[in-house]
Amino acid sequence: MSILPEAQAKAILTKVVGLSTADECVAQLNGGTRGNIRFALNNVSTSGIVDDIELAVQVAFGKRVGIATINQFDDASLERVVRRAEELARLAPENPEFMPAIEAQTFTPTATFSPATAAITPADRARAATASIAPCKASGLTAAGYLEDVTGFVCFLNSKGNYGYQTSTSVDYTCTVRTEDGRGSGWVGHNVQDMAAFDADADVRIAMRKASASADAMALEPGKYTVILEPAAAAGLIGFMMNFFDARSADEGRSFLSKPGGGNKIGEQVFGPEVSFHTDPAYPDAAVYPWDNEGMPRAPMPIVENGRIVNLEYSRYWAQKQGKTALAGTGNLIMAGGDKSTADLIRSTDRGILVTRTWYIRMVDPQTVLLTGLTRDGTFYIENGQIKHPIKNFRFNESPVIMLNNVEELGRPVRVQSDEGGYVMVLPAMKLRDFTFTSLSDAV
Amino acid sequence: MEAIVHRRDFLSLGAVGMGGLVLPSMFAGTAIAAQDLVSTLDVRLKKSLADAGMNAATQAGASYCDVRVGRYLRQFVITREANVENIVNTESTGVGVRVIADGAWGFAATNAMTPEAVAQTARDAVAIAKANAGTLTSRVQLAPVTGVGEVSWKTPIVKNSMEVPIEEKVELLMGVNSAAMEAGANFVQSMLFLVNEQKYFASTDGSYIDQDVHRIWAPMDVTVIDQASGKFRNREGLSAPMGLGFEYLNGSPSGKTTLPNGVVVYGNSYDMKEDAIAAARQARAKLTAPSVKPGKYDLVLDPSHTWLTIHESVGHPLELDRVLGYEANFAGTSFATMDKMRDRFQYGSDKVNLFADKVQPGSLGAVPYDDEGVATKKWDLVRDGKLVGYQAIRDQAHIEGKAASDGCCYADSWASVQFQRMANVSLEAGKTPLSVAEMISNVEDGIYIVGDGSFSIDQQRYNAQFGGQLFFEIKNGAITHQIEDVAYQIRTPEFWNACSAICDERDYRLGGSFFDGKGQPSQSSAVSHGSSTARFDGINVINTARSLG
Repeated sequence: MSILPEAQAKAILTKVVGLSTADECVAQLNGGTRGNIRFALNNVSTSGIVDDIELAVQVAFGKRVGIATINQFDDASLERVVRRAEELARLAPENPEFMPAIEAQTFTPTATFSPATAAITPADRARAATASIAPCKASGLTAAGYLEDVTGFVCFLNSKGNYGYQTSTSVDYTCTVRTEDGRGSGWVGHNVQDMAAFDADADVRIAMRKASASADAMALEPGKYTVILEPAAAAGLIGFMMNFFDARSADEGRSFLSKPGGGNKIGEQVFGPEVSFHTDPAYPDAAVYPWDNEGMPRAPMPIVENGRIVNLEYSRYWAQKQGKTALAGTGNLIMAGGDKSTADLIRSTDRGILVTRTWYIRMVDPQTVLLTGLTRDGTFYIENGQIKHPIKNFRFNESPVIMLNNVEELGRPVRVQSDEGGYVMVLPAMKLRDFTFTSLSDAV
Repeated sequence: MEAIVHRRDFLSLGAVGMGGLVLPSMFAGTAIAAQDLVSTLDVRLKKSLADAGMNAATQAGASYCDVRVGRYLRQFVITREANVENIVNTESTGVGVRVIADGAWGFAATNAMTPEAVAQTARDAVAIAKANAGTLTSRVQLAPVTGVGEVSWKTPIVKNSMEVPIEEKVELLMGVNSAAMEAGANFVQSMLFLVNEQKYFASTDGSYIDQDVHRIWAPMDVTVIDQASGKFRNREGLSAPMGLGFEYLNGSPSGKTTLPNGVVVYGNSYDMKEDAIAAARQARAKLTAPSVKPGKYDLVLDPSHTWLTIHESVGHPLELDRVLGYEANFAGTSFATMDKMRDRFQYGSDKVNLFADKVQPGSLGAVPYDDEGVATKKWDLVRDGKLVGYQAIRDQAHIEGKAASDGCCYADSWASVQFQRMANVSLEAGKTPLSVAEMISNVEDGIYIVGDGSFSIDQQRYNAQFGGQLFFEIKNGAITHQIEDVAYQIRTPEFWNACSAICDERDYRLGGSFFDGKGQPSQSSAVSHGSSTARFDGINVINTARSLG
């Protein structure tokens, strides 16, 4: 059990900060238990648990910074990690962008911890795997999937007294179900904070239905289509774009949010009027720690309102240089939507394509955030409000910036995680005009 | 899949301050002082730990046991323009024990370096194996390996990167950055990634193998902007990550090749400063280069580009675990199914020979023994265009009908269980003498691509799309000018069957990936891919320029 009680964590950090002879010291404990189970070909393949707690110490002499980490907490180890950080700081060149440690702040706790997740046992993980495999076996389908749960904590203290402690949990489940002949494939993903809200048996049915329904895929000509991206399919594209919501790269002229002639696009209409993003550390079921990576308090903040850019991230250094107020880095992203389910969006579609999952998304041109990637594990043609037949997968070349100027309708937002990680997002299913597919893929 | 290395992953270390400090996995380990990076563990200690583990496992009922005592050292130096943003030294030391008991695998690991702790870890691994045995549908079948006794090996480096003072590294990168800025760059990032894996492997087959593996990578990214139009372009460095020491950065003339378009590319030695200057100029030229007209072109691909196409469309689909379905949920399966191997599927034209190996000098994969004690080798995947082999490890060899493992098992840490990873996979040089200039002189309507760019491929490795760093139009046998906005789309078998010429071994060079991800939880490995310049006829090229209105 790698959650240190608050009193114990605070005592360690107080000792560490007291040991430092540097101008400034910042210490942080970060730890937890990470459990996983993996299955493929209807068999459990691997299962593991990793317990770890790491202490990171950053010290500064003037503008020279050193970082050291350790995972033992006896007095001699604490002394050693502080001296190592100090030694590295003395060897380091001055960092002209060094910012001093933050003064003590007040943080409002957020609901990031769920007892049911913290109580997961190896037997629970095995049950989730069995619940995924058994119905597939019974239906002549093949399951491959992965469940990972994390119960963690963070505690930090700096030499100016900025202090925080909080625990958190999360569960991520994905399952790919294939037909035995390899002609059909379906997928489901479910990311939750609370294990009590997760039911592998219900989730796997979605992947099973999509696997069976996708077996006789027909080829459509590549081109521009109305698409319905399920929230998980949209996550990879949206997450990629959000990497550019940084004031510095925009001000430096190397982002789609740079303004020709200089400056950034804060205040400008960049997306369609349906598009609004905000961040809120206390957002229900998607809460994140109430502080950012620098120990600044997070607060609810609009990012895009009705298509207009409201806020970009300013690091403390860049805010100071530009005469702006530094705001805490975002921990989650919430996109506004409506009340409709994906099924409702399908019913209101004359002709279009339903996309379950997107895959291997990479940047083609940063100038326009043109991304390429593929559909996967359940792509269907919609006609007259109904799913007509499965279609072969497509490669897309599309910019989320263009895509979010072509919004027809948004569904009910749900919590998702993209294939390659990233932060917690709450996204709606999106019906979009003129989404650009450039070639067919034979992959199932 | 090839990892995306976000710059903010590196920067997050600079803000270790507080809140969710996340050390990216590539930084895993304990930060240490620079002088600790040049030491090694006593081999007698390693042997005593291994013996403790193997004895305990055998006594607990294991029919097989291997023990890996690992010390993984990494140093990262990260700079932009005139600033050193970060210097990080990390160390991770511990012991991983893998066993077979009751026909099932079990694995456990500990960072406690005592015989008692390793013995307990071995007993834990046996307990896990016995628990797993209950659900097993078939027992593990290991291809045989003959023990080699006590042996040791070190990557044949000239200069251990870890011994080079930090000051010298900072001076090198600052020189690179200022050269780029003087040559017209608006922004430049340059980095050094240095890795030393000290790996001791012992098994109940009777092997005690001590290997000291070194790798180096010096990536760079130069950006130019035209503020008036809001247009910006970047050009990444043309180096390759290598299994070499710091001598790779000595800029020796013997490592340089000047291509027919005037671009300088690099083999076993890299001149980072020279490349930075070229990068700034070539990035500037991109701002005004004409946009490609989409259509079918004959592509001439430089090895600095082709490595990534080989990696995605040959290396990954010919991993046997992927073919069998073990990676179905994340990385995917493979179009190159077992029946295609039996039928000697025409993977490419008869000019195409693709081989796997763990032995090429200077390559990222080069080691004499893999992470399950199998002597490494070179073997064929595609011969005369036909599919003839996969990459398989000890417990997979029997599935392919092989008597022995191919020796491509790897774990990225003592704490990770070893599994099948891509060997170096390379395109054999052409047997008939052919220079790049001669190849280009025969192309009527083509595009010459240098450097790797955007990349994406589907989950069965059919449909792929690749960009590049530099594109040049070829008309009537001559290079005309630089062009922009090029990406090509392929279907893997059609692409390799469109290969009509391969330059000879004089042009053979390595490219590679320092962070190739696979598995859940994901492990990272480093792998090289060699080729000579090759020609592919009638490939579909798209124009990637868009307008945001």
